[in-house]
Amino acid sequence: MPRPAHQAEKMRNLSLYIRVVSDKIGFVEILVIIKQSLSALYRKLRILLAGCDLVDVKTIIKLFSVFFKIGAFTFGGGYAILPVIQKEVVDKNKWLTEEEVLDVFAVSQSIPGVISINSAIYIGRKVAGIPGAVSSGLGMILPSFIVILAIAPLIINLRDNEIVGSFFNGIRASASALILLAAIKMSKSAIREKWGIAVAAASFVLVVFFDVHAVWVIIGGAAAGIAYGLFDKRKRSCK
Amino acid sequence: MKLLLTLFLTFFKIGIFSYGGGYVMLPMIYQELEKFGLTMQEFSDVVAISQMTPGPIAVNAATYIGYKSAGFTGAFFATLGISLPSFILIMIIASVIVKFKSSSVISYAFKGIRPATVGMIASAVVFFANTSIIDLSLIEEGFGKIFNIGPIIIFALTIIASKLTKLDPITLTITGGILGIIFMQFGL
Repeated sequence: MPRPAHQAEKMRNLSLYIRVVSDKIGFVEILVIIKQSLSALYRKLRILLAGCDLVDVKTIIKLFSVFFKIGAFTFGGGYAILPVIQKEVVDKNKWLTEEEVLDVFAVSQSIPGVISINSAIYIGRKVAGIPGAVSSGLGMILPSFIVILAIAPLIINLRDNEIVGSFFNGIRASASALILLAAIKMSKSAIREKWGIAVAAASFVLVVFFDVHAVWVIIGGAAAGIAYGLFDKRKRSCK
Repeated sequence: MKLLLTLFLTFFKIGIFSYGGGYVMLPMIYQELEKFGLTMQEFSDVVAISQMTPGPIAVNAATYIGYKSAGFTGAFFATLGISLPSFILIMIIASVIVKFKSSSVISYAFKGIRPATVGMIASAVVFFANTSIIDLSLIEEGFGKIFNIGPIIIFALTIIASKLTKLDPITLTITGGILGIIFMQFGL
């Protein structure tokens, strides 16, 4: 006996429903398996690294996630990451002092290589040794890698787009405000004596108006510091 | 295989010989274009893409060129090449600096390096402000022409928000970008 048409449709709907539900269950199960294997991996890593005193797995994961965030959301390279590093590394996680971050930045600027990767690796190294350096460096690089592979072909047509242009105009404006605040905040710990103001002003003028390279500014700063040191020691020995 | 090695070695070379970040590396990449079979037009794509995507400009450029010339593995080796010099150099420098940390010469040197770095960071403000808040290329059309009202408002709002709220710099920058789009609709 042939089934009535509406019943056949009902059956079809039912089988569709069952398929959808089973698909969903499969998806949830996959998520659960992923979660379980991740936590197993995490446990194994902890056991593996538990022997080393210096290595704190949580810190290493945190370093990765902080630098991943920096890599994924900052535009414009080296200097743009500075306010974020100040917030995350100094204020929130208290891994380094303001002076230490400044030293990291000075070194990262004056050696070859990508400045933001230099800073990430150096901070990671200072906070948690070589494992910290590797995880910070990976965290900084990975977002670029993923974003480029995923969306670069799609956004290439947007480069002359007016909206994209004004988005980056806005980003540059607020980035310059944040970098200014970062510089002011850092000057409090960096400039302790009057001659420091002169050094800072000289380096600003040299970079902005004479396009002098960072290496020379750093070397000049070091020379000024050493000269002051000689003067300071002589003054002390005279007293 | 040979192409992958070329990608790795070329970007390793760029990583190890270029001082001063992405804007110095891009011209160096330009000189190596032929090795990757890229045209001038494709290079201008590289420049646009690396500035439009988040993250270090040089890494973006390396990944993009690697992908263009040899797919995923190409992207991997180019990115590895540009990043490895940083890793090696920092490891060497960090251990050297630790050794001399107690020396008074080094500590005095850093007393001078810190203010110099602050001056350099302040100069980056000018770099970011030019072409957004101000546009110095328009100075011949009159002094008033160089100021852009929309970005100046964004600059001021960012300072106020950063002082008064606990919003993190990433949120503030992205908000700045969105405000940039909104202000554009009003012709600011």
